[in-house]
Amino acid sequence: MLAKRIIPCLDIKNGRVVKGVNFEGLRDAGDPVELAKRYNEQSADELVFLDITATNEKRKLIKELASRLARELFIPFTIGGGISKIEHIQDIVTAGADKVSINSAAVNTPELISQGAEQFGSQCIVVAIDVKKTGDSWHVFTHSGTRDTGLDAVEWAKEVARLGAGEIMLTSMDSDGVQDGYDLAINRLISEAVSIPIIASGGCGKLEHFVSAVKEGKADAVLAASVFHYGTYTVRQVKEYMAAEGIPVRL
Amino acid sequence: MIGIINYRVGNLQNLENALNYVGAKTKLINTPEEMEGVEKIVFPGVGAFGHAAKCLREHKFWEPLQEKVRQQVPILGICVGMQLLFSTSFEDGEHEGLGLVPGEVKRFDHDLKVPQMGWNRVAFSEQEDPLFKGIKNNSWFYFVHSYACYPQDPKSQLGTTDYGGEFCSIARKDNLWGVQFHPEKSQDDGLHLLKNFVENC
Repeated sequence: MLAKRIIPCLDIKNGRVVKGVNFEGLRDAGDPVELAKRYNEQSADELVFLDITATNEKRKLIKELASRLARELFIPFTIGGGISKIEHIQDIVTAGADKVSINSAAVNTPELISQGAEQFGSQCIVVAIDVKKTGDSWHVFTHSGTRDTGLDAVEWAKEVARLGAGEIMLTSMDSDGVQDGYDLAINRLISEAVSIPIIASGGCGKLEHFVSAVKEGKADAVLAASVFHYGTYTVRQVKEYMAAEGIPVRL
Repeated sequence: MIGIINYRVGNLQNLENALNYVGAKTKLINTPEEMEGVEKIVFPGVGAFGHAAKCLREHKFWEPLQEKVRQQVPILGICVGMQLLFSTSFEDGEHEGLGLVPGEVKRFDHDLKVPQMGWNRVAFSEQEDPLFKGIKNNSWFYFVHSYACYPQDPKSQLGTTDYGGEFCSIARKDNLWGVQFHPEKSQDDGLHLLKNFVENC
């Protein structure tokens, strides 16, 4: 039986982890490769790196990071953040990333999804969708949640699946950072509307949240950042809890 | 020396990294002539079967690969590389494979999510095999695929995986092995399997 995946997410700036994690025995808490290895030992199923670098060095640095990760990490990893051209995808994939995540650019230029899927395979293209509850439905937001595109989240999810996305990383802007649980309703709506896997993101604070994301939100994978970074839980603790709740996980 | 067939489908860097990590010397095989002298061959593949088959023919690997099989050179097909070893695929129509393992490649027929993406277990067949020496039965491997292999001869089926029904996740015929999952992305067990191929197969 296919396992539900647990995916720690790391924010990267200038090739370094933004919120350095103080794991015991870690020599350099800001080194993405060291942290990745630590999560790997905890049996993380995949890793996501979101690059928030805003300088001209951005492309070069993230390429170097992908290449270092690919030499030392033998689980799948995704790189996202500011990917807006097919050349960006090419650079990152050639350097060794398994997947790229595309957010704002997917809305502005949807053909990036189809072109990316055609050239590198659907498995490589993760479309990140940021949503906020707007009246009775959810709208898609871009530019770190600052711009309401007016697009209906469920319709947009169907469209990106049709264009060839391999997965959807769904972040609820309402619950992100609040640690009060994932937005189960929109996760479920989208998970049931498309056939591709959904990664639930935003809002994790407790162990129960991972379970409800899968059981009620119908998520195929669950992404979290701060609970792992601050050492609230290890990936293994999360998985043991989920296994006890009857969810298939890789332990 | 392990040769990795480069028929311009997908990125080979990760596979090469993993093989190097387990101590193998590797070279990318860009033309059929470059296959000469390699001890073993790894045959990767991603994306659509039809496209991969077309690229394999265009780069003139089709017959030379079959010839290597006749010469008993150990070959490991990975993902679509495994699927191409089979006779026929029904991905978007009907496509001819290399026909080295009699059997078909068919789309999952169930209500679960397609592609299957993530970690699943592999149940090894009872017969011992150098490819999974030292790896526990029912270990987890990383899969990404929408189509799966169904060999005609049950004896070709070395490992099976359950995703809304059983499919063949490891196939073998003589010196030819195929794995549906990505050993280069399956952490310790995946690296172990690659090491087994390099050292024991």
